[in-house]
Amino acid sequence: MSAVIEGHHDDHHHGPAKGITRWLYTTNHKDIGSLYLWFSFIMLFIGGAMAMVIRAELFEPGSQIVSPEFYNQMVTNHGLIMVFGVIMPAFVGLANWLIPMQIGAPDMALPRLNNLSFWILPAAFGVLLATFFMEGGAPNFGWTFYAPLSTEYAPPTVTYFIFAVHIMGASSIMGSINVITTILNMRAPGMTLMKMPLFVWSWLITAYLLIAVMPVLAGAVTMMLMDIHFGTSFFKAGGGGDPVLFQHIFWFFGHPEVYIMILPAFGIVSHIIETFSRKPIFGYDSMVYAIASIALLSFVVWAHHMFTVGMPIAGELFFMYSTMLIAIPTGVKVFNWLSTMFKGSLTFETPMLFAIAFVALFTIGGLSGLMLAIAPADFQYHDTYFVVAHFHYVLVPGALFSIIAAVYYWLPKWTGYMYDEFMGKTHFWLSFVSVNLTFFPMHFVGLAGMPRRIPDYAMQFADYNMIVSVGAFLFGLSQLLFLYVVLKAIIYGKKATGQVWEGAKGLEWTLDSPPAYHTFETPPNLEAGEAKG
Amino acid sequence: MTPGVNAIAQEIFGLHMTIFWICVVIGALVLGFMVFLIIKYRKKEGVDPADFDDNPKLELTWTILFAVILVGMAIPATTTMIKAYDDEEGDINILITGHQWKWQYEYMEDEVSFFSNLLTSLDARNNIAPKTENYLLEVDEPLVIPVNKRVRFLITANDVIHSWWVPDFAVKQDAIPGFINTAWTYVDEPGVYRGQCTELCGVYHGYMPIVVKAVSDSEYKDFIQGKRDLKAQQALLTEKLWETDELFAIGEEVYLKNCVACHQVNGAGIPPVFPALAGSEIVMNDKGRQVEILMEGVQGAAMQSYAEQLTEVEIAAVITYTRKAWGNDAGGDGEIVVPKEILDYKNNKL
Repeated sequence: MSAVIEGHHDDHHHGPAKGITRWLYTTNHKDIGSLYLWFSFIMLFIGGAMAMVIRAELFEPGSQIVSPEFYNQMVTNHGLIMVFGVIMPAFVGLANWLIPMQIGAPDMALPRLNNLSFWILPAAFGVLLATFFMEGGAPNFGWTFYAPLSTEYAPPTVTYFIFAVHIMGASSIMGSINVITTILNMRAPGMTLMKMPLFVWSWLITAYLLIAVMPVLAGAVTMMLMDIHFGTSFFKAGGGGDPVLFQHIFWFFGHPEVYIMILPAFGIVSHIIETFSRKPIFGYDSMVYAIASIALLSFVVWAHHMFTVGMPIAGELFFMYSTMLIAIPTGVKVFNWLSTMFKGSLTFETPMLFAIAFVALFTIGGLSGLMLAIAPADFQYHDTYFVVAHFHYVLVPGALFSIIAAVYYWLPKWTGYMYDEFMGKTHFWLSFVSVNLTFFPMHFVGLAGMPRRIPDYAMQFADYNMIVSVGAFLFGLSQLLFLYVVLKAIIYGKKATGQVWEGAKGLEWTLDSPPAYHTFETPPNLEAGEAKG
Repeated sequence: MTPGVNAIAQEIFGLHMTIFWICVVIGALVLGFMVFLIIKYRKKEGVDPADFDDNPKLELTWTILFAVILVGMAIPATTTMIKAYDDEEGDINILITGHQWKWQYEYMEDEVSFFSNLLTSLDARNNIAPKTENYLLEVDEPLVIPVNKRVRFLITANDVIHSWWVPDFAVKQDAIPGFINTAWTYVDEPGVYRGQCTELCGVYHGYMPIVVKAVSDSEYKDFIQGKRDLKAQQALLTEKLWETDELFAIGEEVYLKNCVACHQVNGAGIPPVFPALAGSEIVMNDKGRQVEILMEGVQGAAMQSYAEQLTEVEIAAVITYTRKAWGNDAGGDGEIVVPKEILDYKNNKL
């Protein structure tokens, strides 16, 4: 009897296993968080390299370095990789690292599921990238893969693409179940829902969105599979099917998906702004309600991606109004961040710089989104570079900047080493200038009439495109600097304290830097108050 | 953005500019306030941060303010939308069909139909020849419409989804197989208006521009008459006795216009996606199958049916060309195809 208890006791103090098996078999939320983040980092460079090919091709009018066929493959896979391989895994990685530490839990609720949901992800992307070496080439129908271009007229590799999407979806669903279970069951005593840190709140809502829409995406690709291989006609006009149905299903997934890629960013930015303003977040409650209402609205706006498919006017007006409504909670959030800074005591370390840039540039992306919501005007904007400018503004200086800010903010906590502040700031300023150089002129070239997804363009778009390409090359190179800063911190960084940042609040900062392999084995008691963060 | 050339386009342009300036002002205020915060509340010795964390009245005020601004935007947007959405019949109704990668225009009342292909040469696209002012925005046969008439477009597609966009008319309507969407325009001023396909539709999505020529009523009538005469003339040509050289010359022209994008100038294609014609067993020795492919297309491949796109003479000529060119005549049976055979094929099918 006592031997059993002894053994159990020892269990609690073991560290990570040695060698590769540590990573393959790990069920530790910190290890899995790191795996997700490194995976996302690698995919960022692969997807980024594709963007570089696109911008090199568009540097000047005329055919430059690749064929139109390969160009379409680049456009498609750049989108797929950035959405499913970079932004989403990075947020899941952050969730793994932070949620248990922020709610005072020892680990995620379902550790083995956690391991599985990570390790099927490299498999999915392995399948997707392998299509480049197959007959017929990689998927070439855009990341939105509209039927029938992606069914009857697709290259044979579309089947691998469908398989890969299924695996990615399964990974996301399992990850979300884990997040929800953890948050609802494993909070420290005294941490009521309305005392949770905003990052945890944003992920709780995001996880529900994922569970709601990933099966819809799975349904869409399954119908494609049936059309391609089993003679059905879901999307085949010739067989009585409906190509527009595909778009409805896709965007019913697609629009919540867009918010899946931005809600966790809201949480991150809230933490960083309050820390470096040395002031509690302004309007915590309204922040939570705003995230929840954005999430709910995201289910009733999908057809604003389809204003030109020939909907009846009632449909056009409904989706115009519902889309405009989203501006309200979004505006509330922006004003709350500004009010948090108001009368604060601001300092501008690298995470804060990225967070402020996030608020500023996300606002620009939000305003162009409001313009796109105006249905009659959208007839002119739809499928032009104006749209490309809009969603890159919310995804690059939006989602991606928030992830970079999070890495700078929590890296000292994760690794125990401080990054080089000067290099971090250099990385920020290079990224900030080049991201605007890349995406701002796209607004103009779109309004001037340049359609998206074309490998070559008319003469009047030449000047802007050259500026955009130069900006893109600079932005791409700047991210190599990011890799350097991270590696340098891990290898040569100065020791960080547990608190790291003067103004940081929240449970994770009460731990050592780096935290022990297993933390909060005994939950902290918050009955007396505090938490949030 | 282009102000456009008719009332509805100009109204949409006006709406765009209104919303644009509202957004610019909001953006400037927010970013300006941010800069102020960054400068004013920089950390200073001896100044402690405030510790308030909400202000329900203020929060309610700005929530209502947002709602008011949005209602202000929604009202003009709705009126414009109602005007733009009007599918009454036109004085002239034109059926627009998107094909990979060209547009087909059919004048419903006059039973005249033709295809509109990109005119820009491969050499210009490959940076061998200089690029002209309308690079990638020029076609062999523009759509001709009369001014001061209500023109209704019925828009559909034959293969994948395309989108027909002419910015000057503020018309962008998806062309979807199995659906007929409508759009309309009314042009006051004669002129040439250019646009492009705006829905990714495959490899040559970037190479299917739209050119619309608005002309006076009398010019428009001449144009339609010309098209009808041409149709009658082609019927005659089908019955004529043809020389191989004559067919070869026409065939070369047709080939360069319609086929080179995939099968290449030297007939080598881009295997495995686009098969080679030079040295192909079908092209050299199986005349019947080759006719069938051109008439029916190839299921599940980019090769489409040309039965409607080309005349009998053109189809016969281009087959003859491929059977004679690139040494195919030496390697194969070298038989030619005359327009009558294509006509027979069509009649037998009926």
